Amino acid sequence: MSVDRATVFRIARLARIAITDAEAERLESELSGILDWVAQLDELDTANVEPMTRVEAMTMKMRKDEVTDGFCAADIVKNAPQEDDHYFVVPKIVE
Amino acid sequence: MDAKTEKSNLIAGETGDWEVVIGMEVHAQVTSNAKLFSGARTEFGGEPNAHVSLVDAAMPGMLPVINEACVAQAVRTGLGLKAEINLSSVFDRKNYFYPDLPQGYQISQYKNPIVGEGEVIVDLLSGERVVVGIERLHLEQDAGKSLHDQHPQNSYVDLNRSGVALMEIVSKPDLRSSEQAKAYVSKLRTILRYLGTCDGNMEEGSLRADVNVSVRRPGDGFGTRCEIKNVNSIRFIGQAIEYEARRQIEIIEDGGTIDQETRLFDAKTGETRSMRSKEEAHDYRYFPDPDLLPLELTQDFVDEIAGSLPELPDEKRARFIADYGLTPYDADVLVSERESVDYFEDVAKGRDAKQAANWVINELFGRLNKEGLAIDDSPISSAQLGGIVDLIKAGTISGKIAKDVFDIVWTEGGDPAEIVEKRGMKQVTDTRAIEKAVDEVMAANPDKVAQAKEKPAVAGWFVGQVMKATGGKASPQAVNALLKSKLGLE
Repeated sequence: MSVDRATVFRIARLARIAITDAEAERLESELSGILDWVAQLDELDTANVEPMTRVEAMTMKMRKDEVTDGFCAADIVKNAPQEDDHYFVVPKIVE
Repeated sequence: MDAKTEKSNLIAGETGDWEVVIGMEVHAQVTSNAKLFSGARTEFGGEPNAHVSLVDAAMPGMLPVINEACVAQAVRTGLGLKAEINLSSVFDRKNYFYPDLPQGYQISQYKNPIVGEGEVIVDLLSGERVVVGIERLHLEQDAGKSLHDQHPQNSYVDLNRSGVALMEIVSKPDLRSSEQAKAYVSKLRTILRYLGTCDGNMEEGSLRADVNVSVRRPGDGFGTRCEIKNVNSIRFIGQAIEYEARRQIEIIEDGGTIDQETRLFDAKTGETRSMRSKEEAHDYRYFPDPDLLPLELTQDFVDEIAGSLPELPDEKRARFIADYGLTPYDADVLVSERESVDYFEDVAKGRDAKQAANWVINELFGRLNKEGLAIDDSPISSAQLGGIVDLIKAGTISGKIAKDVFDIVWTEGGDPAEIVEKRGMKQVTDTRAIEKAVDEVMAANPDKVAQAKEKPAVAGWFVGQVMKATGGKASPQAVNALLKSKLGLE
């Protein structure tokens, strides 16, 4: 399975990662290699095998419907590059 | 093609009739105290970023833990939509970047939703009935809120809504007109409010719809659809569909083709427009969320919820028609709001339901509408209105005086029985007093007496005069009976 240059750029863009042409060339072969390696799994017939979702038999933990958190707006915006009155401030995103 | 393709639903174009096909994705905010995967509160409003935990802000290392009440609410809704409940479902990540989505993905359900196929029965005012198929219902996180009017160059982001549980309820493309679509959303809202799983408050954004619209020649396969995002009122849903259907018909009739795209409805112009900036965002790269195990439910859990479901609007409506003899229209009016039906059932309890319905619909709703009040703001309680109905039933007051009592209770409050007693509004059932009034009226109008013998309809005039003479307090039955015998009409 091979990944072409255009796909590399598209994936990078979806992930918001800026890459140079030189990096794209390297990623093209690296990603193709990874996919080829994983593609070996296709040799197995898993038609009748349930997907494995956990190593040990356990069910999802649930929480009670109680308010136990929040009310820490100053902490929430502490790392924001810009904040105002506990709002995150970002470049205008209006449609 | 099918029962829904009614001639009246077609739109006439330049080159013939067109049929509009509509499917809806309704996002309903789950009624809960805390968010879907965190312990932060869900309440609307609040100081900016106050209802936000480190999980909702997607701080590194935070892990989601599901709120069991939100799961129960989704199951409850599924049961109310007569849908299949999937005992095993999976949470997936839907990946996209937007400033109000701090995780960079929304936790949603993609291939394996918690609720499968169901249906909603929609009755229109015209008497038309449409059964709308439900494709699925899944649980997902809401995003935060961006404010664009705070600053000229910047947008402000508040994550209070981020992580609140939503149910996305997806219909099949079974709707064929804007009227049907509006009735569907309003019915769905009623069901959710009966179930108590969503407050249905559209102004606060608790219920909003993505509307998929396409057009075709009757009998043809589906056309290319456009999705109108985030329409937040029932009226706007109707307007958006009308505009969008005509836009598409015009393009096709001019020889063009429809591009499948996402559009926005502009409430100011009543038009839809393309949302170009999101064009590239459609590659969501869903995959199972590795932070969350599959959601496994037991049949007992589902059965317990099924056992606690309230009587739903369709069942109530059927019961009102069958047991109380109400008209389908009156039954619809009563069941459409949960508060209205609760009020009515309080008044009807132990009384003549038909009379209770008349008083609730005609007098109470009439007055509430006139004064722009909601049922919760009614100055007359169900107990007070019930008291008035009791007084009529007991023959203490006539229906006409009852309206005066209603007026007094509306403006001044108080116990109807006491008001009637204190203000001397009791109906006169004392035959002698009524007889005296009848005799006086007859003595004063010999010409009318003669007329009445020829034309029995004139008796009605006498009833009016006697009622007037007794200040409206005479029992109409007694007056009628006396007049009939005295005028020799029997």
